[in-house]
Amino acid sequence: MSKPLYGLMAEFENEHQLVHACERAYEEGYRKMDAYSPLPIEELHHALHIPDSPLPKFVFVGGLCGMMGGFGLLYWIANIEYPMNVGGRPWYSWPQFIPITFETTVLAAGLTTLISLVLLCGFPQPYHPVFNAPRFSQATRDRFFLCIEAEDPNFDMQRTRQFLSTLHPADVAEVEA
Amino acid sequence: MDKLDTRSGALVAQGPAAVMGPGHNYATITDKIAAVPLKWGFPRFWIVGFVIAVAIVQLLAGSVTMLFAKGTGIWGINIPVGWGFAIINFVWWIGIGHAGTLISAILLLLKQQWRMSISRFAESMTLFAVMCALMFPVLHTGRPWLAAYWLLPYPNTMGIWPQPRSPLAWDVFAVSTYGTISAVFWYIGLIPDLATMRDQAKSKWAQTIYGMLALGWRGSARHWVHYEIASILLAGMSTPLVLSVHTVVSFDFATGLIPGWHATIFPPYFVAGAIYSGFAMVLTLAIPMRALYNMKDFITDWHLENMAKVMLATGLIVFYGYCMEAFMAWYSGNVWEMFMFKNRAFGPMGWSYWALILCNVAIPQLLWLKSARTNTIVLFFISIVINIGMWLERFVIVVTSLYRDFIPSSWGTYMPTRYDWGTYIGTIGVFLMMMLLFVRALPAMPMFELRLIMPKKGAKH
Repeated sequence: MSKPLYGLMAEFENEHQLVHACERAYEEGYRKMDAYSPLPIEELHHALHIPDSPLPKFVFVGGLCGMMGGFGLLYWIANIEYPMNVGGRPWYSWPQFIPITFETTVLAAGLTTLISLVLLCGFPQPYHPVFNAPRFSQATRDRFFLCIEAEDPNFDMQRTRQFLSTLHPADVAEVEA
Repeated sequence: MDKLDTRSGALVAQGPAAVMGPGHNYATITDKIAAVPLKWGFPRFWIVGFVIAVAIVQLLAGSVTMLFAKGTGIWGINIPVGWGFAIINFVWWIGIGHAGTLISAILLLLKQQWRMSISRFAESMTLFAVMCALMFPVLHTGRPWLAAYWLLPYPNTMGIWPQPRSPLAWDVFAVSTYGTISAVFWYIGLIPDLATMRDQAKSKWAQTIYGMLALGWRGSARHWVHYEIASILLAGMSTPLVLSVHTVVSFDFATGLIPGWHATIFPPYFVAGAIYSGFAMVLTLAIPMRALYNMKDFITDWHLENMAKVMLATGLIVFYGYCMEAFMAWYSGNVWEMFMFKNRAFGPMGWSYWALILCNVAIPQLLWLKSARTNTIVLFFISIVINIGMWLERFVIVVTSLYRDFIPSSWGTYMPTRYDWGTYIGTIGVFLMMMLLFVRALPAMPMFELRLIMPKKGAKH
């Protein structure tokens, strides 16, 4: 063992084994771990006790900014910077500002969704230790992985490996950092 | 026929109405779909199609060069028909785009499983259709390098601003937001599949390019939590957005005082027409593609039949719109409205109205027959007819409302020139070229979503 260790990676054949493994690992007291799957699995969220995503809050704030920014821009153009009499309508003809306000709301909220998603996931991240696991390229095809990280206080090479092997994995591999 | 999957609460189709061909698992789905872009070289039909598409694009290049050299005078527009092909084609293309958003957003919220295998394809179609549509408002200015200050609100040395009370200004915001959000939705949907492509690719180049585009996606459970909520939120935003876009497009007409445009039926009728033409275009593209790439396992006859049913439903809404236009022309008691309608149907350009009724109302009634909905050749033919019909609808709305003005002395006619046709057909070439590049370079179906609808082996319910 010359190179530093990132963790132990167990491979499973289907999502039910993975969910079961995550539940068991959490019961064993492991916290620094992550599961990898080729499709979203709702149960993993509960099995690993992953907190809810803060993304909707960011999107709400982004949308609100877009709404106020859009309406403010129109108000400023139509009332202050470039007032123009159109058929005798009042300067502050707010119902006519609604369509653009709606569009800027959606635009800002949508762009906030993209930016928040990328930042919350820590992307762009071209390198990550889990890619060192020998069969990890199957994680985006048809295999399911659980990685217990060496940073976890409960992690012990022998005991953790033994624990993982009780979960009927297809394979257990060491992952270099 | 369908049984409720108690775990996901979704309908699992069985029997002939299958969402997927038999014998597939996660691995075969991945291999089959990822193999299309990863395979070295180009299939012969692809090369032939691409050469034809690029040849058509030359028409656009030539027409646009002439336009920039001489101005919009080379087009057939003149008073009283000041709006011609540019707006007709713009509305047609934007409408075609709507099916992509409907499939990826509205059907996602409605948990329709049959949307999955066609969603990526249709979303890409949306992007390219919006690209084609955007060319027309820019080109119709005649001087696109000046279009920025006509279209967008930004501080300039002349101190002038677009008019925020005008539907034309609303349109700029609606369409540019629609294009941007469609691109965001499309890209977010691609991220897990780009990671699959990165991991499946054998060549260093492909691994690097797909790897950079995938941003480092590794299927982490923590990432999926963010990802799922982001998809739902974007679907929730895109749903009112897509309805707003064609509503705003219809405001371009409906807020005007021209008989034939000034109608409250326009927004819903435009939105239904947009979905109608969009599904027709999805079918026009999907039927040859699934045959050429042998994708019948993923785009099954059931998918095609569902799309045919959506076309039938939206086609009937559009027909209701035509009936209401005629009814209101009579019921309003307005002589101008009544004259417009009589002239539209029986005037010198009446042929366009009856061609429209034939294409959009009469022929699509074949879709009532199950044998027509399940026959791909008939369906392909009907989808082409609807594409033509929806183009004619915009032609009828624009031209036949304008060419007989309030004062007979200002009556005129409208005849598109070869530059009008060249620009229009050229954008079809751009669209085909982009679609061909897309199926060559990217997975045409969302692999991770297809994995979700696989019948689960050994699932505990």
